[in-house]
Amino acid sequence: MKEFKGRVIVPGTCTAEALVSHGGFNTLASYQMALMFGDKNVKCGDQNNPDLYKQPMIGKALCLPMTIGSTTGGMILYTACAAGKQPACMLFSKPIDSLAASGAILGDVWTDAVMPVVDSLGDDFLETVQTGDIITIGEDGIVTVE
Amino acid sequence: MKLTKAQQALLDGSKGETMAKVVKTLVMYGEAFGAKRMVPVTSNYGHTVISYGLSAMKPVNALFQELIDAGLTEGQKFTADPRPLDKNVPSSLLEDIVFKKIMYSQQNLMEKQLEQLGIIDDDAYTCTCYVDQMDNRPKQGDILSWAESSAVVYANSVLGARCNRNSGIIELMGSVAGFVPEFGLLTDAGRKADWVIEVKCENKPEAQLLGSAIGMKVMEDVPYVKGMEKWLGNELDEDACSYLKDFGAATASNGAVGLYHIEGLTPEAKQQGEKLIKKNAKVYVIDDAELERVQQNYPIIWKDVNARPELCFVGCPHMTLKQMEDWADDLERELRKNGLDRVTVPTVFTASPAVIKELNKTIYAYKLKSYGIIVSYICPLMYMNNPLCKKKAVITCSNKLRTYTSARFYKESEILEIITRKEAK
Repeated sequence: MKEFKGRVIVPGTCTAEALVSHGGFNTLASYQMALMFGDKNVKCGDQNNPDLYKQPMIGKALCLPMTIGSTTGGMILYTACAAGKQPACMLFSKPIDSLAASGAILGDVWTDAVMPVVDSLGDDFLETVQTGDIITIGEDGIVTVE
Repeated sequence: MKLTKAQQALLDGSKGETMAKVVKTLVMYGEAFGAKRMVPVTSNYGHTVISYGLSAMKPVNALFQELIDAGLTEGQKFTADPRPLDKNVPSSLLEDIVFKKIMYSQQNLMEKQLEQLGIIDDDAYTCTCYVDQMDNRPKQGDILSWAESSAVVYANSVLGARCNRNSGIIELMGSVAGFVPEFGLLTDAGRKADWVIEVKCENKPEAQLLGSAIGMKVMEDVPYVKGMEKWLGNELDEDACSYLKDFGAATASNGAVGLYHIEGLTPEAKQQGEKLIKKNAKVYVIDDAELERVQQNYPIIWKDVNARPELCFVGCPHMTLKQMEDWADDLERELRKNGLDRVTVPTVFTASPAVIKELNKTIYAYKLKSYGIIVSYICPLMYMNNPLCKKKAVITCSNKLRTYTSARFYKESEILEIITRKEAK
């Protein structure tokens, strides 16, 4: 078990299975097909992301360095939140980027979805956590990997 | 964040609950990046990345309706990304049904809502709102509330305006409120270069390949690019601007670049030179072998990698008038050389409605039509975002289109050769 302290962007607690992207998470490329065609498992559609391609994302603790790509990114995350298809939480090793922050905040202010978001967990976080690990976010934003 | 009295009143609900939520969203957005204050949006117009009425995006329609019902329709007027559908672009009966009945069933509603929220006019749908033929070209130093990664990186880099890589919806909230949080690319410090890119190619590098290599390397950082003068010169003429449009789109979609500087060419690089480069900036050297390595590493997700191309898209982002004229000249030369009258792969050139109107006043419109080229205002990316298109062998010289779809990337010269190849008949 290992603990990491980050900065809380959207507060909340959760326990979920980790899904780890070591490269930038392209939100549009990852979500577009799943949202458009009602994929219940919300499988990742980003062919350029070997860690996540075709992996179910719904309900997972999405661990990533940052998001990249189209500026529809925040809107896509908001749509996923509004449709109840969001990850359980998003955990960023780096400081959050503007598109991910937009999506997380839009989801928090404009929907009923619960998706805690913590950033600045450090490179060591992504080097430690592996897909399938159990992640817990505490009240204080401390992330536990086991 | 310190708000003015007027901003605080809005947050407290002086103009209703929905406006308070708009301001709360902008405040949280700013606080995530340490913004100390809001600054007024100073450009004439906004630009939104949202233009498509996808059935899956009903929550966006619901949010827009909340803004409209709350009377928040007097904000800054704006342009929007291209429409997703055009009957002139080839599609099968099945594709037509999927496009109109399943995917874009909310298109009419979306366009009606954009009209209510303040889109400039019916021709304001393009990702290149900044070209001469459009009326949305900010000045250096203007503060923008835009989204659309290729437009934001162009406005920041080539025009010297100031805009963060805002997301869809957030950008409209900035236009509605009239202010945006000051952080990142809105500040002098945020516009300094984290990387020096040394371009050491023998020949002029393909814009969309060079942009891709840089985007994948620097991700969200700001690159300062050296070694381009011999090809781009020192003036932002039509050729240089067209090149930088495509280059920037690739940096933004293959990475997350919101601003780049080109030594001796882009406004801030001209004015400040190497003072723009941060101490201890990282260095990335790009030569022909590096570009070749980058291109070879693109995944090809066609089922049959040797399939004959069924469709070709040129123009993501939308083409400039000059690019269409140059392509027409190149096509004329190659078709004549190969003893052909028309291209041998169905090919769509995309541009803004305003550029198409200008094109139609010239001989080039006739030439392109006679060569079999379809000219459209469509968004190729939105056209291809469905499983039916995924099965098609589509080729493109757009690295943005490659990134988001199953389209296969070729250099412009390769595309020209493929679509004018005799044996492809």
